[in-house]
Amino acid sequence: MKQQMVSGRTSRTMMLVVVAILSLVFSACAAQSSAPAADEKFVFGLVLVGPINDGGWSQAHYDSAKYVESKIPGSQMVYVDKVNPADRPNVKVEQVVDELIAKGAKLIITTSDDFKDGTREAAKAHPDVTFVHASGDDVVTGKAPANLGNLMGRMEYGKMIAGCAAALQSASGNISFIGPLVNDETRRLADSAFLGAKYCWNQRGGDPAALKFNVTWIGFWFNIPGVTLDPTKVVNDFFTAGSDVVISGIDTPEAIVEAGKAQAAGKAVFAVPYDFKEACAKGEAACLGVPYFNWVPSYTKLINDVKGGTWKQEFTMFGPDWADINAVETSGIGFAKGKALTAENATKLDAFIAELAGGLNLWTGPINFQDGTAFLKDGEVATDKQVWYMPQLLEGMEGQSVSK
Amino acid sequence: MKTQFVALRTPVIAMGVALAITAVLLLLAGADVLAAFGVLLGGALTTPSRISDMLMLLAPLLLCAVGLTTSFAAGQYNLGIEGQMTVGGVAAMWWLRGYQDGSPVILYWIGAVLCGMLMGAVWALLVALLKRYMHVSEIFAGLGFNFVALGLALYLVFGPWKRPGVASMSGTEPLADALWLPTLTGTRLTLVSPILAIVMLVIVWRLIRHTHWGLQVRACGLSALASVRMGVPATRRTFEAMALCGACAGMAGALQIIGVYHSLVPNVASGIGLMGLLVALLVRADVRWVALVAFFFAIITSGSIQLPLALSIDSSISGVLQGLIVLAIIVARARRGEEAA
Repeated sequence: MKQQMVSGRTSRTMMLVVVAILSLVFSACAAQSSAPAADEKFVFGLVLVGPINDGGWSQAHYDSAKYVESKIPGSQMVYVDKVNPADRPNVKVEQVVDELIAKGAKLIITTSDDFKDGTREAAKAHPDVTFVHASGDDVVTGKAPANLGNLMGRMEYGKMIAGCAAALQSASGNISFIGPLVNDETRRLADSAFLGAKYCWNQRGGDPAALKFNVTWIGFWFNIPGVTLDPTKVVNDFFTAGSDVVISGIDTPEAIVEAGKAQAAGKAVFAVPYDFKEACAKGEAACLGVPYFNWVPSYTKLINDVKGGTWKQEFTMFGPDWADINAVETSGIGFAKGKALTAENATKLDAFIAELAGGLNLWTGPINFQDGTAFLKDGEVATDKQVWYMPQLLEGMEGQSVSK
Repeated sequence: MKTQFVALRTPVIAMGVALAITAVLLLLAGADVLAAFGVLLGGALTTPSRISDMLMLLAPLLLCAVGLTTSFAAGQYNLGIEGQMTVGGVAAMWWLRGYQDGSPVILYWIGAVLCGMLMGAVWALLVALLKRYMHVSEIFAGLGFNFVALGLALYLVFGPWKRPGVASMSGTEPLADALWLPTLTGTRLTLVSPILAIVMLVIVWRLIRHTHWGLQVRACGLSALASVRMGVPATRRTFEAMALCGACAGMAGALQIIGVYHSLVPNVASGIGLMGLLVALLVRADVRWVALVAFFFAIITSGSIQLPLALSIDSSISGVLQGLIVLAIIVARARRGEEAA
């Protein structure tokens, strides 16, 4: 009997709570319904996988977009960051895109490999909006609707320079690479770093057999506790195992942070972070330099094309401006040298960059895959497509070519 | 009349406290508090596409919450709900992988939902078995099985079921278009999900409140020992209640696969089960209020997506508000000396 009274009382109280809530909801609705006035601006939307201040991939996009926004009159950026299952469970790319379009976006740039399906669906749902998926391949595979293009930088060059810097400065020739998850893109970049390292190791007269290049994949682009390997631990394990340079392939700066700490503790170890021009700041004393994306030239062109109605569906690959790979307005791929790189090695690195600019192509055979099968015959040069769809690590590299 | 007023006062104050603390947090973050509450409480209802997204969140939330009121009624704290939802999604995907062009789609939809329900029920029963025969608390067993379920999904997404060439966190290769539950034009709303959720709500409501079985389940919840002495098959009823809860969660997982994600993603459950726990904590075993509270939570969660865009506020404030409401009401109940019903 008591039980019944309690539950009767509870249900009445609950009813009142619900009524209160509903009235709040409806008053809020009324307040919400005023639509924003239309204006002359060109709004473009950015969907980011990490936070805008991740010191890596997402920040490179965000900062470039900010820069472009300040340079193109009337342009306005809207964005949603941290679109990933850990930070925003239940939020789909399509939903985020809807919100950006509700803010007036006419161009949507999605910036993670993992947004491939979502971007395609969103593009189908909004045929009047232009979509660009940075690092997808829907245009190549023919899955893209007419309003969806792809965009990616030839980071292979950045990674070759990174690998070269690592090989120039490594005392032991024991270099490690911390990778995200295993796919075509990440294999391609790890392989590029290895090719750069191998070339410069041999150039400086190192024993070819002494060069070790170990790749460990953490499982995602950044740390998700309980799901990925902890990148902080992975980097420290590298150092414990005798590596003196760690090259980072993930979105976040654990490699440079940990190398900086180890330097401060008196170890002669170094790191090459990734993605973001200012990444060295997290561990200056250990930083050999950073290969980074500069999205300014490609974003500028995109916005002008979409605004002017001249945008064409394309699979766009942009590279460094070899006249000056660090020119903000023109070079899509850059390499910012770090303070830890010695003056002598900096000169050698510049010579290597000049060689690349002069047409040196490290994707030239003979190159074997990790399993010993031939990738490129002697003198054969890889096509863009062969490089893009990289199926394996290369001979001489340690680590997994495919995920378990 | 007067006593009624006194009884109503506590939860209202609790709600007020929760809203006030959230407001203070928003103020500290330098946000426009009124605008933020406007978006949080109303943002999800402003356009057809937002309403449809809210409903698509509400459907699995309702299923989990309905299931959990059953296990709560039996006195079980089924924290394994997320895992039950995940394996439901896995089982659905397993069934759907048999699809070939031209097969009758309806068979695959029904099969996926049934597989999901079955697997969810099995996952919940494992917890119940551990509790009954190994004396492992269902709270810890459930949490443990959540990790196992997530591990299983991750293994499949990155292993045997990975998409060709590119194993990706975004899931397995998308299902054939024919297998996607049809949506209302211009939205992502598949009517099947909310309808099934409401059907389950009605069924569970009838079962718990209006059948002898439901009476026995509730008796187990009040006191397993006493109910056994009264001749109730307590073990069996507890197992059945847990299995029913698992089946609801498994159904939610399956519907997420065919209606929302269209592939197996590691994060099928994505916190919906835990949100369902909050709902169930609020309504306890009283099925009548599940729909309204779940609706409220779905609105807050769905609306919060707009916060970063509209006001540069992190959307996680919605979780803070939900947590505070539940906490405040539990504290209020404790102060009033109520036992969990």
